[in-house]
Amino acid sequence: MELYDLTIHELKDKLASREISVNELLDSFYKRIGGVEEKVKAYVTLTEKEARESAKELKAEFKGKLAGIPLAIKDNLSTEGIKTTCSSRILENYVPPYDATVVSRLKEAGAITLGKTNMDEFAMGSSTENSGFFPTRNPWDLERAPGGSSGGSAAAVAAGEAAGALGSDTGGSIRQPAAFCGVVGLKPTYGLVSRYGLVAFASSLDQIGPITKDVEDAAILLNVIAGHDPMDSTSVKMEIPDYTRFLKEDVQGMKIGLPREYFSMDFAAEVKESVLAGVQRLEEAGAKVEEVNLPSADYALAAYYIIAPAEASSNLARYDGVRYGYRSKKAHDVKEMFTNTRNEGFGDEVKRRIMLGTYALSSGYYDAFYLKAQKVRTMIKEDFDRLFYEYDLLISPTTPTTAFKIGEMTDPLEMYQADIFTVPVNIAGIPAISIPCGFDSNNLPIGLQIMGPHFGEGKIIQAAYTLEQILEIKDRRPELEVSV
Amino acid sequence: MINKKDVEYIANLANLKIDEDDKELFTRQLDDILNYVEKLNELDTEGVVPTAYTVPMKNVLREDRVGLSIPREKALANAPDKKDGQFRVPRIISE
Repeated sequence: MELYDLTIHELKDKLASREISVNELLDSFYKRIGGVEEKVKAYVTLTEKEARESAKELKAEFKGKLAGIPLAIKDNLSTEGIKTTCSSRILENYVPPYDATVVSRLKEAGAITLGKTNMDEFAMGSSTENSGFFPTRNPWDLERAPGGSSGGSAAAVAAGEAAGALGSDTGGSIRQPAAFCGVVGLKPTYGLVSRYGLVAFASSLDQIGPITKDVEDAAILLNVIAGHDPMDSTSVKMEIPDYTRFLKEDVQGMKIGLPREYFSMDFAAEVKESVLAGVQRLEEAGAKVEEVNLPSADYALAAYYIIAPAEASSNLARYDGVRYGYRSKKAHDVKEMFTNTRNEGFGDEVKRRIMLGTYALSSGYYDAFYLKAQKVRTMIKEDFDRLFYEYDLLISPTTPTTAFKIGEMTDPLEMYQADIFTVPVNIAGIPAISIPCGFDSNNLPIGLQIMGPHFGEGKIIQAAYTLEQILEIKDRRPELEVSV
Repeated sequence: MINKKDVEYIANLANLKIDEDDKELFTRQLDDILNYVEKLNELDTEGVVPTAYTVPMKNVLREDRVGLSIPREKALANAPDKKDGQFRVPRIISE
């Protein structure tokens, strides 16, 4: 195995024992990027110069939980002095004057940023095809989408173009691409990780989390990014446990629920079989598994497509060509400048969602749509609360299908269905992980989702780690032809 | 549920302009989505308290103290147009 194939914890060991140097590690990753990036197109911006500088600075004091670990950062996370585009034309040349809190935490821990990854524009999408620049391709099959919106981050990790990555998840944007690319993706509880410096999409749903090669790496990254931040008023003040303490192979007596409403939906048979086989392995390992009812789950996607666009329409009002970003040349007065700037700067999906949100919040429709959705949100949250009173965790597929082909999904509503299993988690604010549980007949990875109660990341990590050890598929990597 | 006129009206509210060729497609797509979210009406939400944030939190207060802020030059660095340390925009009030 090459260095770029290794996990964060393996690389940490090699760096700590001085078996390898940080520069050798960067050489390995940038060589790999040089060989496969033309095909995968995971990155919007590569930051090799800055990465080499950081490596130099590290030499003096080689400490920190992630000292020398090369990571990829989704391009909606603000990086001081480095372009942060949200894969949108409207922010194509935007250079943030400050770092997102997660980015400064990674820096403090000694991590090195390899580059900024491609995404669906403003994180709106499930395939990374909505990027304002170019689509990213799935390393397992270049004809297929990597999922989205954190498709660049997931593809980079799967292709060995980064040791790990950060993504953001508003309705499944970490877990769905992780499932499509055969890697691990964790969406933490709302409020566990500071959103300061994350370019806002839907503020009551957005959460930052790790995308990694295994569960141990996810715990290591979560340890660094979790914790209270006075710059984010929704970040929760609480004692953060050491998540690596939950990396033990033990599900003895754990009570796991399988929501009937999820499994009775019409979705790919191979996905269902593989997820249920994974559940069975946990049962054999001592977990108690039962079918449970989550009656409101079926309504989560509908509530999401009111709440998320409503918040987005408000959050994206700031892109007006005045303070930063693109400004249309065609403008005689201010109103025309606003309109032309937004019209030329935003892609179709972003426009659709702004329109949808504006409609849902407009006079006469607020109660019927937005208030109604917020009430349904209460019902969904209470349904989950009730289940977690009795069960430790819930398990479902992460996605209804494996990776679809680029260009295959032409209807927005059809594309939204890709998030049917992931959206309820954001609506309820709970944490969930996606881990690979098998492969379909096209050799495409299948993701299994483990959901837990608020701040139940520890138990999720424990169950995910246990299953990962049993399944022994985490070292499988896509075969990519390297261009010289 | 939604027609071309509505689409034009909403676009104006959102400072967007939908090209004439796309109006029909946008209308159909938005109509599809709105028809889908209609299913929320199957649920009886009488007496249910709406949830804005899922993690219970009281008002978050802090001491009113002067802290660090982004210097003016840095805040202006991304401006598409600036003059005399300020953002510049096209004329608002006509002569």
